[in-house]
Amino acid sequence: MPPQDELIAVKGLTRRYGAVTALDHVNLTIASGALVAIVGPSGCGKSTLLRILAGLMPPTEGEAWLQGSRIEGPRRDIGVVFQTPVLFPWRSVLDNVLLPVDVQRLGRDKMRATAMNLLRMVGLEGFETHLPNQLSGGMQQRAALVRALIHDPSVLLMDEPFGALDAMTREQMNVELQRIWLERRKTIVFVTHSVGEAVFLADRVVVMSPRPGRIVDTLDIDFPRPRPLSVMNTEAFGVHVSRIREKLNATGGLE
Amino acid sequence: MRAFRRLLLMAALLGLWEAAARLLAIPAYILPPPSAVGVGLYRGFRSGIFIENIWITMLETFLGFVLGASTGFLLGTAVALSRRFEYYLYPIIIMFQAMPKVALAPLIIVWFGLDLTSKVINAGLVCFFPLMVNTIAGLRAADEDRISLMRSLAATPAQIFWMLRLPGALPSIFAGLEIAMIFALIGAIVAEFVGAQSGLGVLIQSMNFSMDVAGQFSVLFILSLIGLALNGIVTAVRRRVVFWDNNGRGHQLGGKP
Ligand SMILES: Nc1ncnc2c1ncn2[C@@H]1O[C@H](COP(=O)(O)OP(=O)(O)OP(=O)(O)O)[C@@H](O)[C@H]1O
Ligand SMILES: [Mg+2]
Repeated sequence: MPPQDELIAVKGLTRRYGAVTALDHVNLTIASGALVAIVGPSGCGKSTLLRILAGLMPPTEGEAWLQGSRIEGPRRDIGVVFQTPVLFPWRSVLDNVLLPVDVQRLGRDKMRATAMNLLRMVGLEGFETHLPNQLSGGMQQRAALVRALIHDPSVLLMDEPFGALDAMTREQMNVELQRIWLERRKTIVFVTHSVGEAVFLADRVVVMSPRPGRIVDTLDIDFPRPRPLSVMNTEAFGVHVSRIREKLNATGGLE
Repeated sequence: MRAFRRLLLMAALLGLWEAAARLLAIPAYILPPPSAVGVGLYRGFRSGIFIENIWITMLETFLGFVLGASTGFLLGTAVALSRRFEYYLYPIIIMFQAMPKVALAPLIIVWFGLDLTSKVINAGLVCFFPLMVNTIAGLRAADEDRISLMRSLAATPAQIFWMLRLPGALPSIFAGLEIAMIFALIGAIVAEFVGAQSGLGVLIQSMNFSMDVAGQFSVLFILSLIGLALNGIVTAVRRRVVFWDNNGRGHQLGGKP
């Protein structure tokens, strides 16, 4: 049994796909309410780790714990944001956002107001009745974020959620995410390719090596919150970024 | 303007046909001029003989379509959802499909008699396959990420089916329905050829027997109008149901009648 203040505990986690070892004995603990970013080169097993935490896939070896019990399948109080928006084309934006409500039978009428508030918060007010293919990529991803938040999960697993957005929208979304997190104190595991994004958002940045994925470094980032975008121009920020870059380069990662 | 030119071309072709038939003095029992076909249409409708037989053939087609489409949909769903079902049944279904089903029509008549039932069953047999393959393809094509999303919400398999797989398969299912509708018409006509007391197929045969070629042409004309109308109905329903995917084509997986 892992100690209680650790919301997520991963021990000796290994995942193989046939001959390919995606994750190799990964150990990681995440405290309740933390915002942890995972960076690593493409193909190092970040999505695999997230899928295991989401209960979508069992590990080959080792174990993953959540809130004191072993992860054996999907759970209701987890919100997942994937690399792509994954909206349903036949559902309007509002209905897409209400998908978790429909699946978990939380009561549409009760949740509609919540959905509208969240949509307003991410700037999608007025688009409730639009179909996904009438939205830009960035708007779709924002709808996907709202969908992950609607059932108020205690854990958010985000797999490069803003990877497909332009730099400006992406920064806005980072600020927005920080605001949501400060307001609601969820535990967030945030996978990204962007070192800057990781340092800006996270309490802790976990650096992974190329395949087979291992954790090669962990940094605590303690800029005061809420962090303004200008924190990126400070020297301390640069120090963190270059330390992570060095780690990634030393292990043969890109960027 | 383009629509006008299209009409003009049709009129020109009809004119050419009329002129050729008259100038070359082609006998009416080989190729009647369009004017004779027009007269045949008029006579047939005035005597009420067309209306009665159109009604019968359309009823056979429609019931056959409902029978074949629902069977195709259910079998397709079972094959798409159950590995075991697929393993045991799919080879049989494929073998059955490899056989030209119109060749079954004489047997069907022997088994089910000369009236409505045999026509409905034959139409159903001919049209169930396109629906089945399109249902299978549509249900199978569900996006992996969407399935992951549903699973991450702890959705049950039934929820994944009703909320994701089935709506996602609708464009493909409607493509199958469009083919099935036309196939049902073919199946009904073939069964009428083989043995029936009424219907447009019977009409064609009796006209053929009495060398009323103009009459046969007029029935063919009616059949193509029926085909267009039936297809139009399915397309119209598709537009309303599959509102998010309005370039619906490109899904069709065929098969042969
Ligand atoms: N379903 C699968 N079948 C076989 N191999 C897989 C599968 N999914 C992932 N892999 C392999 O596992 C490794 C890790 O994949 P994963 O998707 O976790 O990487 P990632 O870190 O998320 O990469 P990216 O940053 O490009 O998204 C990859 O090398 C990939 O080849
Ligand atoms: Mg990935």
